[in-house]
Amino acid sequence: MRFAAAGRVLILCLLLGVLASPTVAEDAALRERVNALFEADDQRRRELLREMAASGDERVPAVFAALARGALYLDRRSDDVVVAERSGARYEVRDVLTGNELPGAGRRDVRRLRVDNRLREELASLTALRGLVSEDVGERRSAVRTIAAAPSTLALETLRGHLARETDASVRDEIELTLAIGALSGNGSAVSDALATLEGRSEARVRAALTTFLERNDLDSAQREAAQASLRKAQSRLRWLARLEALFFGLSLGSVLLLCAIGLSITFGVMGVINMAHGELIMLGAYASWGAQQLLPGQPGLALLLSIPAAFLFCGFVGLLLERGVIRHLYGRPLETLLATFGISLILQQAVRSLVSPLNRSVVTPSWLSGAWEIAPGLALTYNRIAILLFSLITFALLLALLRFTRLGLELRAVAQNRAMARALGVRSGRVDAMTFALGSGVAGLAGVALSQLTNVGPNLGQAYIIDSFLVVVFGGVGNLWGTLVAAFSLGVANKLLEPAAGAVLAKILLLVGLILFLQRRPQGLFPRSGRQDTL
Amino acid sequence: MNVEGRLHYVTVFVLIGAALLVPAASLLPAPESPLALSSYSVSLLGKYLCYALLALALDLAWGYAGLLSLGHAAFFALGGYAIGMYLMRQIGARGVYGDPVLPDFMVFLDWQELPWFWWGFDSFPFALSMALLVPAALALVFGWLAFRSRVSGVYFSIMSQALTYALMLAFFRNEFGFGGNNGLTDFKDILGFDLQSAGVRATLFSVTAMCLLGAYLISRGILSTRFGTVVRALRDGEERTRFLGYSVASYKLTVFVISALLAGLAGALYVPQVGIINPGEFQPINSIEIATWVAVGGRGSLLGAMLGACVIAAAKTLLTAQFPELWLFFLGALFLLVTLHLPRGLLGLLRGNDRA
Repeated sequence: MRFAAAGRVLILCLLLGVLASPTVAEDAALRERVNALFEADDQRRRELLREMAASGDERVPAVFAALARGALYLDRRSDDVVVAERSGARYEVRDVLTGNELPGAGRRDVRRLRVDNRLREELASLTALRGLVSEDVGERRSAVRTIAAAPSTLALETLRGHLARETDASVRDEIELTLAIGALSGNGSAVSDALATLEGRSEARVRAALTTFLERNDLDSAQREAAQASLRKAQSRLRWLARLEALFFGLSLGSVLLLCAIGLSITFGVMGVINMAHGELIMLGAYASWGAQQLLPGQPGLALLLSIPAAFLFCGFVGLLLERGVIRHLYGRPLETLLATFGISLILQQAVRSLVSPLNRSVVTPSWLSGAWEIAPGLALTYNRIAILLFSLITFALLLALLRFTRLGLELRAVAQNRAMARALGVRSGRVDAMTFALGSGVAGLAGVALSQLTNVGPNLGQAYIIDSFLVVVFGGVGNLWGTLVAAFSLGVANKLLEPAAGAVLAKILLLVGLILFLQRRPQGLFPRSGRQDTL
Repeated sequence: MNVEGRLHYVTVFVLIGAALLVPAASLLPAPESPLALSSYSVSLLGKYLCYALLALALDLAWGYAGLLSLGHAAFFALGGYAIGMYLMRQIGARGVYGDPVLPDFMVFLDWQELPWFWWGFDSFPFALSMALLVPAALALVFGWLAFRSRVSGVYFSIMSQALTYALMLAFFRNEFGFGGNNGLTDFKDILGFDLQSAGVRATLFSVTAMCLLGAYLISRGILSTRFGTVVRALRDGEERTRFLGYSVASYKLTVFVISALLAGLAGALYVPQVGIINPGEFQPINSIEIATWVAVGGRGSLLGAMLGACVIAAAKTLLTAQFPELWLFFLGALFLLVTLHLPRGLLGLLRGNDRA
């Protein structure tokens, strides 16, 4: 290992040394090769290009780039190959190595060096070879990928040579794959070795290569069977990965549902208040997250972190106002509460539409939340969804702890179980109600912050989640936080697992109908609340 | 005679008067005379009456049996779709694609033949009976499942909301066979008469007014019988009524089915007058708006519900045209005002302490 690394450093130093001071001899050699390009036939031209690439000269990529875009010309006045750009009827001419300007040429003085697409691809993979000596693993990997996209014989040979020196396992794997795919077009034992290497690999390019391979008509039955088995294995692996991905998306949807429903579970379950404005509180939380980014331009990460407490406090305060102003007067009249809070939701929606904008706003995802964690080829989990999953679980745990271990939680549970008795024991139930509602609303605000990382923020954001949230709460059993957790994740997963088979809309409809039927059987939900039991 | 009784005669009188006068004002005077009513206004008024019928239907369920259904828009829309299908079939070969059998959207989706659930909708009596029976059947199944397992209160409300939401998602799909996103529109004529003509519009208005009157009188009749008394009893004390030996579930189911049937009728009258039906009608918010009409007018009073629907619908027409920003503020504030300070609605103001 160490020797390999040292060897690479040595090569690099040599290269750098070469680059720093191109000797006169090298200069002449390079110029000779470039000039020879024009007269050479296809075969010879490729050889020349390979030699140039192998020389490691710093100026080669520029020459290749000029060649690839068709800017290399033969100057008939000097019989040198030059870089020429057309300007009007004349050409501006530069030296191919130094870039120094030469006297301009007329149309008759220059002749273009023609390139075809195959040559261009070869140029790209030759250029990429230089990336193999980089210290950075990412650069080496992307060099391998560039070569894999258009493998030339020389590039593959160089790769094979590099394989022994490569220290990083993932880059080695990438190289072996590329070599094996390249070997598929060959004959004999190389093909069998390649097939063994590729067995069960599910990468798209492997499957494409195997499919092309199967179209050859000079295969023996063993090879054909091996390739087919390999493809089958890859496909079943992909199916599994797709299932895992659906599971992850289901958990992700479940975490969103959990965040949306858990606040509702508190207000609806514990207080018996139907809060139709819950969705709008979520929407306000999402706007808080958007607003924080407007106040802190250029620091989306900090703004997002700050918006978590900000949204909680803001929505909690709005909830407090609602409870003191409206809902307090409607206790014991659930249907009226439903209508009044619906009125509030209309007002909040229109207020946002009038004050901010009826258009959707997008919240920037901070860099540490963008991107994905690639577990296996074909299975990548995006960081923002993982973060929201964790966030929802943390919120849930904190809420549970708050209900179990704090004074407020104790009083809250007391009021939920027996209001009259709690009051008789000195619990100020009015204050507890206000705090409970504020807590539920604050959690809705947190849900809004999470949602702002998944979708655009708009006045209708809350509408999309309110019905689902109610169903989650009712499904899980009213007044039962654990039930809400189970219901949210099971509904989320069921939705996403049904989706591939039934389509997104139909899956949703099936789930709604199933839920309606389930609730007919068990109106109390999964975990019914029983009389005197402590349900929180 | 008490306030309620007087209001009853006023209502009957107003509805009969409207059924006669509105068509007269639309058809008799010259178009430029100040008395003349444009056919747009006639349709608008007809629309309000459909809303009144819908509110009446919900009030039967909510105001009298205590069943706050947040899915009544579904019954309304289903009735509308049934008539819309009849009207689609009447277009015949006059559609854009000129197919004699298939409606335009089916030609567009490259369907080869009429799906089975469209069979028979070229006949008006069949379509009309479907407009009443389909909502009633849905209410029967849904209500049977719900009341049998004693789902009540807010649970019932939320589940009925989920029902209309599920139907909305289904109707938005092209594959479902009801025109998808765009719904059914471009209607040409009904029973052979041109839908755009002033005469047909005036007739539709009169029919709507008479249907509303009929529904009102029938509902009033039902509620004044022993059956009505039991229904009110179960609203006020469900357990007590059950222990007195009444089968609460079947009473609730009957009221709910009648209510859905009336909602379907309202939808069937609505679609020919507005000329379009699309899945937007299933939106849960529409159902809640119906509840507002009833709450604002005064629930537990058939007149109140009808009045509330007309007043709010008229206010909506006015406000959305003049101040589109303000409409939702107004509606929201109305919700709060009525629930907090006018639990018996507008009619409660008129009636004073005289409880119906």
